[in-house]
This record gives sequence, structure tokens and C-alpha cells, in this order.
Amino acid sequence: MSELETDLHRHGGIGHEDHAPGDEPHESVGHWVRNYLLGLFFAVVLTICSFWAATSHMIWAPAVPVAIVVFAIAQMGVHLVFFLHITTGPDNTNNVLALAFGVLVVFLLVTGSVWIMYHLNHNMMPTDEMMQMQR
Amino acid sequence: MSDLPFPIAREAVLRRRADPDLAGHDPHGPKEAVPGTGHGDSGPASKRIIVGYGFWIFLLSDIIVFSCFFAAYAVLQGSTAGGPTIKDIVDLPRTAIETGALLLSSFTCGLSYAATNARNKLWTQVFLGITAILGLIFVGLELQEFIELAGRGATPQRSAFLTGFYALVGCHGLHVSVGGLWLATMMAQVQLKGFRHEIIHRLICFNLFWHALDIVWVGVFSVVYLMGAAA
Repeated sequence: MSELETDLHRHGGIGHEDHAPGDEPHESVGHWVRNYLLGLFFAVVLTICSFWAATSHMIWAPAVPVAIVVFAIAQMGVHLVFFLHITTGPDNTNNVLALAFGVLVVFLLVTGSVWIMYHLNHNMMPTDEMMQMQR
Repeated sequence: MSDLPFPIAREAVLRRRADPDLAGHDPHGPKEAVPGTGHGDSGPASKRIIVGYGFWIFLLSDIIVFSCFFAAYAVLQGSTAGGPTIKDIVDLPRTAIETGALLLSSFTCGLSYAATNARNKLWTQVFLGITAILGLIFVGLELQEFIELAGRGATPQRSAFLTGFYALVGCHGLHVSVGGLWLATMMAQVQLKGFRHEIIHRLICFNLFWHALDIVWVGVFSVVYLMGAAA
């Protein structure tokens, strides 16, 4: 029944197709169990690292947010590679390009908002002074 | 025109084809299928690829929506209006359990898809079921946190910071809840309809959705809870 489409697809029977994100390339079940265990292991280690960075006082205090961000980005990478099966292969070009565009938009939105609002707060007259002027 | 010697024109065409700088610039595309590029005579992609890729585009747009909530939270974080700050409301042990539950559920979700590809209905259902239970634990803990905070007077209308906090964390929690409903639907469909094409396509999309939610949670627990506790 459903074997036909997937088997043709997964063995590359009909041409050489792209790889859908989240789909699994054709491998044995054992391969995927090992893959997910490895991903879980890396993710757990990175999570523990970031909780450790936040709670212990081993890291110089102003650098703690940087450490947390680094661990978070590393963990997102682990999730993309081991859970979503995003690779650098040619069958993944479209997925990676879409992801890169998404990351660009996210970066522009977050840094742009923080940057602009920081300067607006900086330049805004304190509220009590403004109330004085309105009298 | 017609008295132009034909062999010279043919020579020019051959020279152009042999020029390595012009390779790949043939307006009609390469004659042979090029592995993995979708070019050549391999034809349009199968529905499995198109569905997965389309859902990937949707997820990226969903992550952009989340980034707006992140930006709002980052901007409003200091506007506590004399109310509780982030340091006052963070409960790290609960966050750690939530993180563990969601990470494990992402893991079991991946295992369920491995079972799907091995066409094993029992293990698919078992792992989807574990995923659902872990998702419920996550949503339950988050609800408990919100109820506790509201009991202490830290409701969304208390300050701009709390509005941003509830909007960001609540938006993620809402996604997990809706994902849980989808998960229950998928379990019923796998049971009743079996591994048909469209069911497998939906399972691919559900996997993508669930893993993406875990990626967003990595951002939430890092930016909101850990940075809040360390601040």
C-alpha cells in the first residue's frame, strides 16, 4: 500500500530528490535510535551547562548572559542536526536557504527592536519633567 | 544570412558548450539529472517533499512570530512599574523539570517517527503516547506556575514586563497545547487509517512542529528564566 511512494522516494528511485526537513533519509531503525540518543545526549549536556552557567558563580557575572546565549545557540544547532536532520548536503539546499532567511529576519527583528527602543528610552524625557511642562 | 558557412556556426555552438565559464548557464537547464538539485529531467518533487518543505516554511514564519514576542519581552523587561522583577518570579527547579520533559518528548517524538518508517504501528503509538504524556507534564507545570504567580498578584495587567512575560511564555505554552491536540488526532488516525501516504505526511509535519517547539523553548528558558535568574 503505502510502501511504494516512500520506498521509491527513499531509495532515490524516481530521480534524485530533495530531502524534506524532519523526514528521515533511508537508514535502519538502529541508526536512528543511535542518532536520537546522541542528539539527546548533546542537548542534555548543553542544557546542564547553561543551567550551571546561570546558577554557579564560576563565570564572571557580566559574561553569564553571553555564556547562556552561546549554549542556547549550540543546543539549537544540535536540535537542527539530530532531530530535524538538516545537513549541508545538496538535497538540503532549499531547507538551509529557507532557514538562513528565517534566521536573518529573526536577527533583524530582535536586535533592531532592542537597539531602537534602547535609544528611544535613552532620549526620552523623564516622565515627571514632562508632567511639569504640561502644567 | 543564408550564405554564412554552416560549419562556423556549429563551431561557435560547440565552443560555447565547452567553455567551463558558461557551464550551468544553459537557459534550458542541464540535459542530465543533477543529483539532489531538482534540475534536469527528474521531474517535480514528490508530495512528501513538497508537504515537508511547505510546513518548514510555515514553521520558520511561526518562529518569526515568536521572535516578535522575544523582542517585546526584551524591550519591556525593565518596565516593572514597581511590581515583581524577573528575578522575583523565576523558579529554576520547575524550569529544569519543564525543560527535561520537553527535551525527552522531542526525543520520543523522533523515535516514534523511526518506528513509523519501520512500519511498526505498536511502537509508533507507544512513543507518540509517551510524547503526549511528557507534553502534558510540561503544560501542567506551566499552568501551575501561572496560577501561583497570579495568586501572588503577578498578573499580566500588573506591569508591562509581566505582559511581555505572559505573552511570550503563554504563546509557547499555547503552541504546545495545540500540538498536544494534534498529537491525539494523529494517534487516532494512525490507529484507524494505518500508514497511508497522507498520514505519514502529517506525521512528518507533526514531528517538525514538535521539534521546532523544543527549539523555541531553548530560547525561552535561556532568555527568560536563566538570564532572569542570573541578572
